[in-house]
Amino acid sequence: MTDGIVSRISGPVVLASGLEGAQMFDVVRIGELGLVGEIIRLEGNKATIQVYEDTTGLRPGEKVINTKRPLSLQLGPGLLTSIYDGIQRPLDVLRAQSGDFISRGNVIPALDQTKKWDFIPVKKKGDHVFPGEIIGEVQETPLIMHKIMIPYNIEGELTEISEGKYNVNEIVGSVQTNSSKVEIGLSSWWTVRVPRPVLRKLPPEEPLLTGQRVLDTFFPVAKGGTAAIPGPFGSGKTVTQQQLAKWADSNVIVYVGCGERGNEMTEVLTTFPKLEDPKSKRPLMERTILVANTSNMPVAAREASIYTGITMGEYYRDMGYGVALMADSTSRWAEALREISGRLEEMPGEEGYPAYLGRRLAEFYERGGKAVVISPEERIGSLTLVGAVSPPGGDFSEPVSQNTLRVTRVFWALDASLASRRHFPSINWLTSYSLYADNMGEWYKNNVGNDWVALRKEALEILQRESELQEIVQLVGYDALPEPEKGVLDTARSIREDYLQQSAYDEVDTYTSIKKQYLLLRTILEFGRKESDAIKKGATSSKIGALESRKMISRIKWTKEDQVGTLVADTFDTMQKEFNTLMIEVTT
Amino acid sequence: MSGVAFKTLSKIAGPLIFVEGVDNAAYGEMVEIKLPNGERRQGQVLDTRQGLAVVQVFGPTLGMTTSGTTTKFTGETAMMSVSDEMLGRVFDGLGNPRDNGPKIVSKQKVDLVGSGINPYAREEPSEFIQTGMSNIDGMNTLVRGQKLPIFSGSGLPHNLLAAQIARQAKVLGGSENFSVVFAAIGITSEESNFFIKQFEESGALGRTALFLNLSSDPSMERILTPRLALTTAEFLAYERDMHVLVIITDMTNYCEALREIAAAREEVPGRRGYPGYMYTDLSSLYERAGKIKGRHGSVTQIPILTMPADDITHPIPDLTGYITEGQIVMSRDLHRSGIHPPVDVLTSLSRLMNQGIGKGNTREDHRGLADQLYAAYAQGKDARSLAAIVGEEALSDLDKKFLKVANNFERKFVDQGMDENRSIEQTLDIGWELLSELSDSEMNRIKPEFIAKYGKRTTPGGA
Repeated sequence: MTDGIVSRISGPVVLASGLEGAQMFDVVRIGELGLVGEIIRLEGNKATIQVYEDTTGLRPGEKVINTKRPLSLQLGPGLLTSIYDGIQRPLDVLRAQSGDFISRGNVIPALDQTKKWDFIPVKKKGDHVFPGEIIGEVQETPLIMHKIMIPYNIEGELTEISEGKYNVNEIVGSVQTNSSKVEIGLSSWWTVRVPRPVLRKLPPEEPLLTGQRVLDTFFPVAKGGTAAIPGPFGSGKTVTQQQLAKWADSNVIVYVGCGERGNEMTEVLTTFPKLEDPKSKRPLMERTILVANTSNMPVAAREASIYTGITMGEYYRDMGYGVALMADSTSRWAEALREISGRLEEMPGEEGYPAYLGRRLAEFYERGGKAVVISPEERIGSLTLVGAVSPPGGDFSEPVSQNTLRVTRVFWALDASLASRRHFPSINWLTSYSLYADNMGEWYKNNVGNDWVALRKEALEILQRESELQEIVQLVGYDALPEPEKGVLDTARSIREDYLQQSAYDEVDTYTSIKKQYLLLRTILEFGRKESDAIKKGATSSKIGALESRKMISRIKWTKEDQVGTLVADTFDTMQKEFNTLMIEVTT
Repeated sequence: MSGVAFKTLSKIAGPLIFVEGVDNAAYGEMVEIKLPNGERRQGQVLDTRQGLAVVQVFGPTLGMTTSGTTTKFTGETAMMSVSDEMLGRVFDGLGNPRDNGPKIVSKQKVDLVGSGINPYAREEPSEFIQTGMSNIDGMNTLVRGQKLPIFSGSGLPHNLLAAQIARQAKVLGGSENFSVVFAAIGITSEESNFFIKQFEESGALGRTALFLNLSSDPSMERILTPRLALTTAEFLAYERDMHVLVIITDMTNYCEALREIAAAREEVPGRRGYPGYMYTDLSSLYERAGKIKGRHGSVTQIPILTMPADDITHPIPDLTGYITEGQIVMSRDLHRSGIHPPVDVLTSLSRLMNQGIGKGNTREDHRGLADQLYAAYAQGKDARSLAAIVGEEALSDLDKKFLKVANNFERKFVDQGMDENRSIEQTLDIGWELLSELSDSEMNRIKPEFIAKYGKRTTPGGA
């Protein structure tokens, strides 16, 4: 096997000759600086390489060294709380080594190589172990117990295993297979472009609760499900993604900032360590991995960042955890594909995107799911994928949006007109959908309330009715509407303002438990029913709008979780009394 | 390759020349080109392989020949000399003096392209910049280290707005080490003179560095001009601890130049003929705004672009909006109604607003007040379009109230003319005045305690 020579440089694409025995997707080091690249096309001994770093200053004739290994990640304790670039280089270590600006050619191990972890075996010497079996544990953070698993192709007798302090490169045990002795380390390696296998996939039946009312109530995503958030700029994609990363009831969160703003990644970095997990009261960072490839970082690494993120997600899923991955934004990833494809002079498909765009997107989303992972005992993990899409001009008919919608089952349509009137989250309740909502009805019945499914349906119908009535109002004016219709509009407005609108920046409103959601929705709809009855008997909507209980409803969402029960009970009492009084006034 | 001169041009196509026989030109290497008539040009390597280098020429290719033109590879990628002397000076689009002053000589040469800031090294921008403009300070607050573009259209007074911001911008309570870097890309000499005059009058010229590529200057220079400006800004910010405001106008011309090169290279075009990598390219400019932990200065960017046919979905504003932290959008309708600055508050946005406002920065009621004004203005505008169909009389009482708020919002809040410099307190107080039309329960975005504390009530308990 020989080193190659750079023969041509065009932006992030480099041609090299003389790389005998090179394989597709081998990682190479280029030139004096040792830039990291990946072989993406082979022709004889000529290789086309996409380079993960800026190629300025590189010259034809410089050396190319093949590492003979595809792009792989080191997986082990220490992943959580880290922030990585697109090819798993820790950005904090990178800064410490090379300064405030990203320099080139750095090779930095992804995991702290010296830190000693306490390894506690759960299997003992002499046990027969199978692929995927957990042989020991490491308390990685107070929130997550890291499981050390037998690699997928290994089966045999555990000949050695011992408790103690190990770093990620040390051996914690060994297995005697039929043919050889295999050492098991505290960490392992996995190729990013190959999905980690599972035994079988399960239908997603349990919602991923996010504390966001519009999502949990109306358009829930299941644990192990897939969701797309397309929206024009300024419509709140990133805020929604960050809210999910903060509040989703998932064990592990992987947040991939793919080609996004540097200052936004900084915001994540400064806010996450300060935020607490609502259940455990531990810092959210202890369950989070960040992958940051900002828009000014090299384009090829942007393409890789999505795979880096999902591989780490799959690893924690295999331990039996619920993992949620947020990718913001998949459009930038698709554009990176387009840019590389253009440099390769491939025949373009729609809007210059390569013809394989749809396949690549589908492959990515297929890596999600709830699954029985490979292991002798039944272990279930899930990987939920939420991808933001940034369609040019907010036009959902473009290729990335369309190809994404074909494979995702939840669609959260962000709406610029809602955003411009500061209705946040600006998720359009008429065009969004969730194909999981029906499957999960059973869960909501058992865990939230018997009437949950009916309440949700009722609320959606009122909102639908509102949009029809709005059209009539546009023609004849509000005053010309009959009183019962005005009542419907009142209730719809209450749903929009007191329920759907939710402030990400308010301490209380930023997260709503499913219990509180249920109480709030039930109160709003109860008021609506009472209003409709009262109007039938002759009351006017303007009079009802002035009731004290109306105002109390608008206070519920700002009320702390532990005080909600009391306020809701009070509101019901007041409501009852006020409507009774009103009835007496109307009928006498 | 340093020092070797080649006379082996095989092809000249638009702004590109193809030099043969070159074996190891570096990607991005700078090239000196000597024309047969003795004129000199600069160029940069765009594509390099053994035996051929494709060079982009910064300047006209008029008079260039395939046989008599000499190209010399300098062995260096694009670098510029930076020094304190740059403030108060005027340069052309390639960084040469335009004001008859001496050339900048400095030992300190820095890379023009610059590497990205490590996200881990960034400091979250959070210092409120008071621009004195109600629509920005109150509704779309600018903070230090932010990149906030102005989306405008031809014939709209974006230059007036930018100049006013540069004149009035200050940080509350901070002693100033402030400077301005101004990059003109393909604007007319009239416009550029306007800016120079503005800087002169406000006394800011002494702390301003200007890079001017006028519409008569070669379009290819436009690729370099903003990079020169930003490199200077980074030097001032991170080496000299200054708070630098960078104004770049007009980004549309920059993108046109980018498209011109892409077309000459026969690249597969993306939307509307712009190259597929335009997002990446633009972000390599915009992302150079920010603050770095442990360093005192900051780079704040206000790029200006004119939207072709006022179309915000056009690739230039679209890709810009996806990179920048918000946008200030100019409205032709407001301009026609004589409102200055004609900023359409509803489509404008500042993503970093929350970090820069509230208690300790501006005032505790700021967020709620701004949200309420947004909501009320949006509802008022809906009422206005409804009134256009059914007549104002047919509106509900509530809609009539909101309509009044919306009208006052445009007349009293947004409209403030060229010379008024409002403090943030004044801005917020005007906001509260507008909302005095509404009753407490209609102000559902504001915490009741703030309504009680700051609300302006003509009659107690609500109007």
